[in-house]
Amino acid sequence: MAELKLEKVRKNYGQVTAIHQIDLQVKNGEFLVIVGPSGCGKSTLLRMVAGLEAISDGDIYINEKHVNEVEPKDRQIAMVFQNYALYPHMSVFNNMAYGLKIAGLNRSDIQKRVHEVSEILEIKSLLDRKPRQLSGGQRQRVAMGRAIVRNPALFLFDEPLSNLDAKLRVQMRIEIKQLQRRLGITTLYVTHDQVEAMTLADRLLVMNAGIAEQIGTPLEIYEHPQTTFVAGFIGSPPMNLLQCVVNGHQIFLEKQALLGIPPSRNIEKPSVVLGIRPEHLVLDPQGPLNLTIDLVETLGADTLVYAHLGRQRIVARLPDHHKVSLGDQMRFTIPPERANFFDVDSGKKIAAKFS
Amino acid sequence: MVENRPISRYIAHGILIIGVVITFLPIWLAFVASTHPVDRLLNDQMPFWPGDQLLENYGTVLSEGMKKAGGVPVGTMMLNSLIMALAIAIGKIFISFLSAFAIVYFRFPFRRTIFWMIFITLMLPVEVRILPTFEIVANLGMLNSYGGLIIPLIASATATFLFRQFFLTVPDELLEAARIDGAGPMRFLKDILLPLSRTSIAALFVIQFIYGWNQFLWPLLVTTDQSLYTIVMGIRSMITVGDSEPTWHLIMATVILAMLPPVLVVMLMQRQFVKGLVETEK
Ligand SMILES: Nc1ncnc2c1ncn2[C@@H]1O[C@H](COP(=O)(O)OP(=O)(O)OP(=O)(O)O)[C@@H](O)[C@H]1O
Ligand SMILES: [Mg+2]
Repeated sequence: MAELKLEKVRKNYGQVTAIHQIDLQVKNGEFLVIVGPSGCGKSTLLRMVAGLEAISDGDIYINEKHVNEVEPKDRQIAMVFQNYALYPHMSVFNNMAYGLKIAGLNRSDIQKRVHEVSEILEIKSLLDRKPRQLSGGQRQRVAMGRAIVRNPALFLFDEPLSNLDAKLRVQMRIEIKQLQRRLGITTLYVTHDQVEAMTLADRLLVMNAGIAEQIGTPLEIYEHPQTTFVAGFIGSPPMNLLQCVVNGHQIFLEKQALLGIPPSRNIEKPSVVLGIRPEHLVLDPQGPLNLTIDLVETLGADTLVYAHLGRQRIVARLPDHHKVSLGDQMRFTIPPERANFFDVDSGKKIAAKFS
Repeated sequence: MVENRPISRYIAHGILIIGVVITFLPIWLAFVASTHPVDRLLNDQMPFWPGDQLLENYGTVLSEGMKKAGGVPVGTMMLNSLIMALAIAIGKIFISFLSAFAIVYFRFPFRRTIFWMIFITLMLPVEVRILPTFEIVANLGMLNSYGGLIIPLIASATATFLFRQFFLTVPDELLEAARIDGAGPMRFLKDILLPLSRTSIAALFVIQFIYGWNQFLWPLLVTTDQSLYTIVMGIRSMITVGDSEPTWHLIMATVILAMLPPVLVVMLMQRQFVKGLVETEK
């Protein structure tokens, strides 16, 4: 059981700043997923929490305790690595028992604890094997077992599923989620897979280039991205981001008048980025958005329609099947309540004006 | 690569057989010589098959040694060689393991400089630095002692370098996992690094044992006391015995005996040795 708090945490590697400044609070028992593109600093952040990487600036608290200078073993954490990092010369049992042995537990307690955990993870039959005699999925389980056995207050996962095949990944994803619920251990989980991120997270931290772009529940992030980066990162295909021109009270995309500016919005600049999710584009013979179709992908449950207007690319997701051929003209409406507006320069969401 | 045409098999075997004959023949002749009385070796043509003096000759060298060469029993010299070779091999492994550990896993000032200094000494074989080393050993009063035989040879840049390269291939996550599990540096060394290095250690042991066993120049310089003679230098002193004829049958018996321990070490540790050279179990 633990709360985790990061205050103005920074990380420099020499001249390079890997983490600019991150504030974060993770509640007891919460599953927080850190997601972002490669090199954005996810692992660095996790490793600072683990105590494997020194903190350049700022403070980290676990259960209100300032842990900047605390050794990893004394932080009540357990970590699962991407490559599992099992000790290759030790049996599964010893891999799991090693930390307990060092902690000075007696033999029978260690036995009991390891057996309990291997029961939960269904790896009892593997206890005598060496890691090289295990499949990838089994190694993954053992790595989790080694983490759970320590009875940590905080679980840290660094892309634990990325070495597994697609099917196993889905299965393990579900198991991790169930396990975390059952044990109620506060969890930090790093991934660059957005499906994993959306399905696992209680809350999601989207990172970009060492900055926390947005923190929120998966739905909040999906529905109300605060920046163009988040809008373009989450969702598959991601949100359409259209460079539009503001003229009077109308918004124009490549000379087509798309929609009037909703009264709640306060758009002052002459141009704006309009964000609309592919599934929110509505097929409408009278709609203002007239597109020529470039490519159609039939997914079964729905159909993805790709088009372009000038130099801007647009994707629409239409429910069910549609008979569409290349070169067809289709018209769409953009429901104003579904539209997101972002500042062209900063990429930040343009807030609704309440006055 | 794996061709199974009979003709290429014959060629391959042929080459191997020639190689074996070339290496084995001198050893065979040495063995044959060690089983004959000395006059057979000096007068007639060299015999090709073993004679009947095996037990006598070996008995002589083991118990009394050769009168003309000072009469140090071969047994004593072999024991000296064994002590020297074992101490050098084990000491080298111990010291280089620790130095490589320090260089790879600790951050301290001039770490790189120190590594390069160690590395550069690789280029200086014992023979090059033999005079200054002798001077030091003499001044420390270590002439004619096991310490003098062993200590100057005990630091090894080669082994340090090999261990360093091996440690660099051990994934960092293993160290991190161990840190989270609560293992301090020495515990990590003992519980994780050491078992993982087992095969490399075996390979190094074989190489360094033979290196220590075959030392010639250094023991020759630092020992004048016959009770500290090693077998390899003993053989040489047997050959140069003033104006009388060398007693070849006894010399050859000694040579055969001198070969046995290294052969034994290689055979006993062969599996580990090969593993250590080819495998990287991580
Ligand atoms: N030891 C280091 N020295 C210098 N720069 C580093 C070091 N470790 C990481 N970095 C830099 O810090 C940044 C963040 O790295 P980090 O490993 O946290 O990325 P990540 O988000 O985990 O990426 P990935 O998804 O590829 O694992 C990168 O730009 C990386 O080059
Ligand atoms: Mg990473």
